[in-house]
Amino acid sequence: MQTPWWRNRRLLPLLVQAAVGLMVLVTIAFLLGNLVRNLSAAGLLLSWRWLNLPAGFDISETLLPFNAELPYWRALLAGLVNTVRVVLIGLVGATLLGTLAGTAAFSSNGLLRRLSRTYVELVRNVPLLLQLLFWYFVVFLSLPNGPAAIQLPWVVLAKSGLYLGSTQLIDGVWQGSLRITLEFAALLTGLIIHSGAFIAEVVRGGVTAVPAGQWEAARSLGLSAGQTLSRVVLPQALRVIVPALNSQYISLAKNSSLAVACGYSDLYSVAETTLNQTGRAVEVVLILLGTYLAMDLVISLLMNRLNQLVQIQER
Amino acid sequence: MNRPQALTNRLRRELFATPLDGLITVALLLGLGAGLKALLHWTLTQADWAVIQANSTLLAVGRYPLEQQWRLWLLTALLSGATGSSWGLLRGRGWPHSDRLAAAVLVVFGLVLPATLGLTATVQQHWWWITALLIAGRWAAGRWGGELPSRWRRLLPLAWPMLYLLGLGLIGGGLGLMSVRPSQWGGLLLTLIEASFAILVCFPLGIALALGRRSELPLLRWCSTLYIEFIRGAPLITLLFLGQNILGFLLPGGLAPDRVWRAAWILTFFAAAYVAEAVRAGLAALPRGQWEAARSLGLNTVQTLLHVVLPQALRVALPATVGQFITLLQDTTLLSLIGLLDLLGVARAVMANPEFLGRNAEVYLVLAILFWCCCAALGLGSRSLERRLNRQSLRSQP
Repeated sequence: MQTPWWRNRRLLPLLVQAAVGLMVLVTIAFLLGNLVRNLSAAGLLLSWRWLNLPAGFDISETLLPFNAELPYWRALLAGLVNTVRVVLIGLVGATLLGTLAGTAAFSSNGLLRRLSRTYVELVRNVPLLLQLLFWYFVVFLSLPNGPAAIQLPWVVLAKSGLYLGSTQLIDGVWQGSLRITLEFAALLTGLIIHSGAFIAEVVRGGVTAVPAGQWEAARSLGLSAGQTLSRVVLPQALRVIVPALNSQYISLAKNSSLAVACGYSDLYSVAETTLNQTGRAVEVVLILLGTYLAMDLVISLLMNRLNQLVQIQER
Repeated sequence: MNRPQALTNRLRRELFATPLDGLITVALLLGLGAGLKALLHWTLTQADWAVIQANSTLLAVGRYPLEQQWRLWLLTALLSGATGSSWGLLRGRGWPHSDRLAAAVLVVFGLVLPATLGLTATVQQHWWWITALLIAGRWAAGRWGGELPSRWRRLLPLAWPMLYLLGLGLIGGGLGLMSVRPSQWGGLLLTLIEASFAILVCFPLGIALALGRRSELPLLRWCSTLYIEFIRGAPLITLLFLGQNILGFLLPGGLAPDRVWRAAWILTFFAAAYVAEAVRAGLAALPRGQWEAARSLGLNTVQTLLHVVLPQALRVALPATVGQFITLLQDTTLLSLIGLLDLLGVARAVMANPEFLGRNAEVYLVLAILFWCCCAALGLGSRSLERRLNRQSLRSQP
C-alpha cells in the first residue's frame, strides 16, 4: 500500500513550511501595503530629510553641546549620549551592589543574610517605574535647599542638585567641583537598586552552583572566609554568573528608557518630543528600535568576550 | 540545655560569631533602627491617608460609570465564589491547619481592612458578603464536591475560562447591558484586565514560538528566532509607542483597535517572546529519548507534543514562566507613560490634583504594597504548584 501524501515524511515538512512562509509573507505584504497607502495619504512617506531641520526644543542636560537651533539628528544623538552615560554608570553601580548583596546572602552574619534576602524580595516585586517615580518625586525632590541641605563628607544633597568634591555655599547657592542633576541621580539610583537586586540573585545562584566541597577544601587549607570567597568560590561561580549577567545588563540598558519618568532626557524622551513635533512616527520608531538593538548587540559581544575569559582554559 | 540559653547561643552564633560580625551587626542594627524610627515617625505624624480614602473608587475602577458599578461587584462576588469552590474541590472535606489559617486571615482582612481604609458602609458590607461567599464556597465545595459524578468534575475547570469571558462581558456591556467603552475603564480594573488578557493569550503564543524555535523545519525556526530576538531586543516602552503611533498605519482604516486593546495586544506580543524563551529552556531540558520513545510507540507529532513533551517541558518551565507573568503584571505600569489610566496612571492624575499636592509618598506606598502583595502571591502560588507537580511526578513513577 502506498503512503498517502499527507503522511509522506518528505513532502509534509515542505508543505508545512510553504504554508507558514506564505502566511508570513501575506501578513507582511498586507501590513506594508497598508502602511504605504496610509502614509502616502497622510503625506508622510518615508524620508530622512527632516533630520536636518532645526529641532526647536531644548534639552535640559546634555554631554554634547546642544541648543534649539541644531538639527534633529543632533538632538537624537545628544539623547543617545545621555542614555549611554546612564547605562555605563548604572552597569558599574549595579554590578557592585549586586555582588555585595549576592555574597551577603552567604555571610556568617544572620542579620546580613536576612537583609540581603529582604532587599531582593522587596525590589523584585515592585514595578521599576514605581520605584523610579518614588526616587524622583518622593526622595530627591523633597531634598532641602540652601544651608539646610544634607551635608556629608565630599557630597552635598540639595534640591538644586547633588554636589561632589570640594563644595561651598555662596549666597545660598551650592557650588561644587561636580554637579549632578536630581533627574540623573534619581534615574541612576532607581536603575542601580533595581538591577542590583536581580544581579544579586544571579550572583547567589552562581555561588550556590559551586560544590560545597570547594568551600570545605578552602577552609581546611586555612583560608579565611574572605579569601575563600575571592580566591576559590567566585572565580568558579563566574562561569555561571557571566552568561546570566549578560541578560541583566541588556535589561538595564532597555530599562533606562524609563528615564522619561524622572524627567531625564534620554534617547526615548528626545524621540518622543521629536515625534510630537514632526509626526514622523515610522522613522522615529525605526531609529529607536535600531539603536536599542545595536546597544544590546554591543553589550552581548563584550559579555561573550568576557565569558571566553572566565571559562575554564582547556588545551 | 534550657531554652533561653539555646536562644542566646543561637543569637551569638548568628550575630556575634567573630568581632567583625559583631561590628557589622551593631552597625546594621543602628541603621535599621534609625530607618524604622523615621518611618514610624512619618506614618504616625506626617502621613495623611485622606488622599487614598477620597480617591479609593477612582484608584479601583477609574472613571467607570457609578450607576454601572454593581456589575463589577457582581463579578467580584462570582470570582470570589469560584475561588472558594475551587479551593474546596482541591482540598476536599477536611480543614487542615494551613486552610484554617488562610481562612482566618481572609476573614480578618475582609472584615478589618475595608474598615481601617475608611471605606463607606455600603462598600464595607459588599466586602463582607464577598468574603462570606469565599468561605461558603470553600465549605460547600469541600463538603459536597466529592459526591459529584467524576464526569462533571472533569468539566469544572472549564468554568474559569467561561467566567473570564462572562467577566469581560459584564465589564464591557452589550447584550442588553449598557455598554461601557474601554476608555472608561481605569485604575486597578484596567491593570487587571490588561495583565490577565496578556497572560492568557501570551502563554499559548509563547509555547507555539518555542516549538517553532526548536523545530526541525528551518523556515519555522528562522521566523520564530527572528521574532523572539527582535522583541527581546527592544524596550517595552518603544513597542508601546509603536503600538500607539504606527499600528493605525499598519491596518486598514477603522480596523485598528482602540488605545486600550492596542496596548493589551502589544503587551501580549511582547510577553510571548519572553514566555517562549522560558518554555524553550523547558523543552531543552527534556531528554531526546522522550521524543524517540513516543515516536516508536507510534504517536504522531501532535500526540507526542500533547501527551509526552509539553506536560514534562511545561513543568520544568513553570517557575520561569510565572516569573515572566509577574514581570508582565509589573510592566502594565508602563501604560501610564502612553497616557492610559491604569492604576499608576490614575494615581499620577490624583497626585496632580492640587487638593492632594505633596501626598506622593502615601500614594506610591499604597501602590507598592498592592503590587508587592500581588507579585509575591503569584510567586508563592507558583512555588506551591511546583512542589505539588513534583510530588505527583514522583508518585506516578513505578
